[in-house]
Amino acid sequence: MTIFIEFIVSFFLVLGAFFALAGSIGSYRLPDFFSRLHGPTKSTTLGVGSMAVASAIYFSFQSGRISLHEVLITLFLFITAPISAHFLAKAALHQRLHQKKEGTEKIS
Amino acid sequence: MMTGETFLSVAVQAAMGMLLVGMVMVLFRLAKGPGAADRVIAMDLLSVLVVAFLVVLSIHTRKTSYMDVAIAYACIAFLGTIALVRFIHRASVQKQLRQKQKTPARPLPDHSGEKNHD
Repeated sequence: MTIFIEFIVSFFLVLGAFFALAGSIGSYRLPDFFSRLHGPTKSTTLGVGSMAVASAIYFSFQSGRISLHEVLITLFLFITAPISAHFLAKAALHQRLHQKKEGTEKIS
Repeated sequence: MMTGETFLSVAVQAAMGMLLVGMVMVLFRLAKGPGAADRVIAMDLLSVLVVAFLVVLSIHTRKTSYMDVAIAYACIAFLGTIALVRFIHRASVQKQLRQKQKTPARPLPDHSGEKNHD
């Protein structure tokens, strides 16, 4: 394995870890519920996708044939993350409308 | 003297450290979150971080079998998130219905023969 491949894999790994860390810090720091739903979900999904790209490059050049497990993980996460975020937004929207009609303050 | 192998191992360890710090942040949010929906978001995010950690672990140990673990974990985490969200949504809907009818909290329906459907 050449050193060039190692550099590419390391770059994608650190990039994905950076995005995942940014999403986690955003999940801790952001003030509102919907901003916490919007920002960190997408950032962390991008981080996992970047790490999967790094792993695909690494195992493709290590074993000599194209490995497709990482593509499967990336595809699955890119399909399921918007679905769960949509359901969460719908549930929270319903809850907040209900609570605003009730007269108490917001749930965030 | 830094060869490519040590460079990759340093990158793997840095990625693992960043992911662990992110998991700690998400756990703080999980403990702190004011509502139930915040905690569900935190658990979803934690599962995504665990999948990322499994991917990095597969590079670290050079075994592709951790990929299958990551796929199975992603499936189960998605199902768990959907179940929790459905639970929250259904509880909110029932609360709103109860408030609309201006009736006190109905006890759990017992199917012991009597008809108390309204």
